[in-house]
Amino acid sequence: MKAYIFLVLSAVLVNNFVLTRFLGICPFLGVSRELRTALGMSCAVIFVMTSASAVTWLLQHYVLEHWGIEYLQTIAFILVIATFVQFVELVLKKTSPGLHKALGIYLPLITTNCAVLGVAVLNIREGYTFGKTVVFGFGAALGFGLALVIFTGLRERIERADPPKAFRGTAIGLVTAGLLSLAFMGFAGLVKM
Amino acid sequence: MWGFDEVYDKVVFGGVLVQVWIPVMALGAIGVGCGALLAVAARFLAVQEDPRVAQATELLPGLNCGACGYAGCADYAKAIVQEGAAVNQCKPGASETVAALAAFMGVEASASDRQVAVVLCGGDAGKAKRKCLYNGVADCADAMLAGGGDKACLYGCIGLGTCARVCPVSAIEVKDQLAVVHPGLCMGCGQCVAACPRDLIKLVPADRHIHILCSSQDKGPAVKKVCTVGCIGCTLCFKTVEGKGIQMKGPLAVVDYEVALDNEQIIEKCPMKTIAARPAAGTKTA
Repeated sequence: MKAYIFLVLSAVLVNNFVLTRFLGICPFLGVSRELRTALGMSCAVIFVMTSASAVTWLLQHYVLEHWGIEYLQTIAFILVIATFVQFVELVLKKTSPGLHKALGIYLPLITTNCAVLGVAVLNIREGYTFGKTVVFGFGAALGFGLALVIFTGLRERIERADPPKAFRGTAIGLVTAGLLSLAFMGFAGLVKM
Repeated sequence: MWGFDEVYDKVVFGGVLVQVWIPVMALGAIGVGCGALLAVAARFLAVQEDPRVAQATELLPGLNCGACGYAGCADYAKAIVQEGAAVNQCKPGASETVAALAAFMGVEASASDRQVAVVLCGGDAGKAKRKCLYNGVADCADAMLAGGGDKACLYGCIGLGTCARVCPVSAIEVKDQLAVVHPGLCMGCGQCVAACPRDLIKLVPADRHIHILCSSQDKGPAVKKVCTVGCIGCTLCFKTVEGKGIQMKGPLAVVDYEVALDNEQIIEKCPMKTIAARPAAGTKTA
C-alpha cells in the first residue's frame, strides 16, 4: 500500500510529467486558457492514460513478449492509445458537445501526446506489475491535470494583468511555465523511489 | 540447391515467414479488434447530426472566405439551421444564394445589397503628373514610407498594386499606374479597402455605377497643376443634381452612395472629366 502511495506522489509531485519530465507540453500550452476546458482536458487525459496504461501492459506481456515482437511496441501502443482517444471523443461529443467544441483539435491530439505514450513505455521500462502500472498511469495523469490547472489559473490572471505587447500570449506563458517548473523542483528528493 | 521439402520447411515453419507473418497477424488482429470496438461504440454513441446542415452547406458557394463572419461555409450553414442566423450574409453567393437559402429555410429573403469596391482616383500615367522617378520596392505601402510614390498628387493612387495582390479573386487590374476594380469579379470582401495606404478604395452598393474618380483635398488650381482629371470643386455636378446624391466636402465633390444616382448628364458637364460611369456590377459574379 505504501508503495502505491509513494508511486502516486512521485508521479504527481516529484517527477511531474509536464513540469519535470517535460512531456505533454502541447496541450499544456494549448488548453490552458480557460479553467473549464483545462478541467475537461484533464479528465480526458486521466481516462486515456489510465486505461491505455492497463491495456498496453497486457498487450506487452501477453502478446508482444509472448511472440517475441517487442520491437512493435511503439506501433501497437499508439494503436491502442488512438482507439481510446477516439472513444473519448465519441463519448464527449454525445455527452458534452460544448466541451467537445471547446477542446477542439486538442482532443485528437492526445493520441500524439508524448505523455501518454511516455507513461506506457515507462511502465514497461520500470518493469511494474499490473497494479503498479495502473496506479502509476493514474498518478501521471493526475500530475498532468494538476500542472495544467495550476498553469491555467496563472495564465488567466496574467492575461488580465496586461503584460507588455511583446510578451503577450505564448511568450509569457512559456516564461511562467519555466518558473512553475522551477517551483516544482522543490519537491525533489521528497520520495526516494 | 534446396529441394522442395527444404524450402517448404524454411518458408512456413522456419524463421523467414514466421518472422513476417506473426507480427503482421498480431498487429492486424490488434487493429481489427480496436476498430471493431470503436464501431460498436460509435453505434451506441452516435450523435444525430441535423441533415439540414449538410443540405444548407450544399447551397453555399463553398469558397470558405469568411466574409459572412463565420468560420467557413459549413459553420455558416450550421448557424443558419441551428441558430437561425440571417440568410443574407454570404457575399460571394449574392442574391441567388440568399434566395436559395431563404426558400430552404422558409423565411423571407432580403438580400443585403451586394457591394463592390471602387478606386476613387482616375489619374493614370497619362493624366497625372509625376514628381520624381520612383525606383523603390514596387508596393504602395512601401512607397508611402519613401515619400508617397512618384505621382505629384498627394492623394492619388500610387499604382504599384498592393490592392491587386490582396484581392482573393484577382478583380483589380493595375493599368498605367492606376488600379481599377472590375465590378463583375469583385465580391465585396473589403480586403483591398484595408490594404490601400491612401484609403482610396470604397465599398459601395453594386448597382451604383456613377463615380467621381478623385479624392484630392487640394483646391482647384493646385489640382489642375498635378492632374488633368482631378476634381477642382467647381460644383457643377452638385448643382445639376440639386444636392441629391452628391455632396461637397470642401473642394471635392463626393458621391453619396446611399442615394441611387443615375443622372448621366453630370458626366458630360464635368469640365475635368472626373466623373465616369463604370458598368453596373449586376447581381451575379461574372
